[in-house]
Amino acid sequence: MNLIAEIFDVAWRFRAVFFEGMLGTLQLASITVFFGTLLGALVALLRMSRSKILSTVAKLYIDIIRGTPMLVQLYIFYMFVPQMIPALKALNLPEYFYIVLSLVVNSAAYVSEIIRSGIQAVDKGQTEAARSLGMSASHCMTRIILPQAIKNILPALGNEFIMMVKETSLASTFYVNELMRTKIILQSTYFITWQSLFVIAIIYYVLTTILSKLVSLLERRLAVGD
Amino acid sequence: MTRPLIETINLKKNFGSLEVLKGVSEKIYPGEVVTILGPSGSGKSTFLRCLNLLEEPTSGQVIFEGTDITDKKVNLDQHRQKIGMVFQHFNVFPHLSVLENITITPILEKKVSKADAEEKAMKLLKMVGLDDKVNEYPRKLSGGQKQRLAIVRALAMEPDVMLFDEPTSALDPEMVKDVLDVIKKLADDGMTCVIVTHEMGFAKQVSDRVIFMDEGIIQEQGTPEEVFDHPKNPRTIEFLSKVLY
Repeated sequence: MNLIAEIFDVAWRFRAVFFEGMLGTLQLASITVFFGTLLGALVALLRMSRSKILSTVAKLYIDIIRGTPMLVQLYIFYMFVPQMIPALKALNLPEYFYIVLSLVVNSAAYVSEIIRSGIQAVDKGQTEAARSLGMSASHCMTRIILPQAIKNILPALGNEFIMMVKETSLASTFYVNELMRTKIILQSTYFITWQSLFVIAIIYYVLTTILSKLVSLLERRLAVGD
Repeated sequence: MTRPLIETINLKKNFGSLEVLKGVSEKIYPGEVVTILGPSGSGKSTFLRCLNLLEEPTSGQVIFEGTDITDKKVNLDQHRQKIGMVFQHFNVFPHLSVLENITITPILEKKVSKADAEEKAMKLLKMVGLDDKVNEYPRKLSGGQKQRLAIVRALAMEPDVMLFDEPTSALDPEMVKDVLDVIKKLADDGMTCVIVTHEMGFAKQVSDRVIFMDEGIIQEQGTPEEVFDHPKNPRTIEFLSKVLY
């Protein structure tokens, strides 16, 4: 009983710190998924391109990113990329940029596969019908395939956002302001050790629960059209 | 003699090591109604799909209105606008209304004005008895209605020939007649039609010429009377004995 009271006490006393951390997490996840979607769409296009070279490069990118731990990628982007690429070093960008870049590069690999499978899930007969009418390949994609694929893609993107809310906790290792970082702040400033962990866990849980409810709501909305 | 509308020259198609078409040379003339019969796997659907290059032939040529459309340099989209196709599974666009299904391609690709495209679509819908469904979405339509929509969607492009790939095979029996009536009306109005079908009675009634395909080649062809009543090729005889009751 005492322990639970202690957790709630910490949660209440440092609510502003936790709240700020939560906003940091949501901001990081939003930026990541937004730019990850843009980059992911591009990668998906390359992956589906007729050019063997482009599609192989895209596949390699996807495989490497998905086949290595995010933490390793973060370290590489945090330590290696800014130091080893002179053009970037000259720009003297903040560390936050490299963390976001790493998250975006990671997310794009997953998003590109979401987009690709969303597109490929649309019945092949739709493409055949459009092309047999004499519709151009680009019109077929933008007017026939994508509007249908979006129903598969949007909920999956929502799930990717939920994943990112949790994954961004790794960024705390690099002094990025997000929810997990509050643990370190509270520990070093107020000697709060274990209590904050439970508060953080609860906040993550509440966030992801609300978000997945929203995703299934969206899913049902989109399914109405079928 | 008039120029054929479509001519295939030694058309071959392999799927991996499987030879589906083993060299088909055939001519379709303007105004002709040609039905293609044959057991499944005979290559008849593949042949039809090669005519508008939905299936890219492994070798051979498809000459449409004097142009070799297998040539990579031709603008295939423009030629396809003149070749309507109707599929077994309708392939109507589920995210577009009945009206939009018909008007989207003329507006996008032929730069027809929206008003003109819609006026034309209304006429076509009236012709197939779907004018009360203009603003519905395809999910509200029966199979037969979807197929009639697919037919007028193709007609809206004002094609010179219509290809039908087993247009009634996925329909409930009571829907078949409505669709066949529409095809018959087109044929009677002089539309060039190439029809792959299993509806023997219909083929007999509507065709100028019947082609029997098996094992990737044309085994026999002739008028409906010749093929149905006096088949010569043993394969045709065997096939007909199995499908005609």
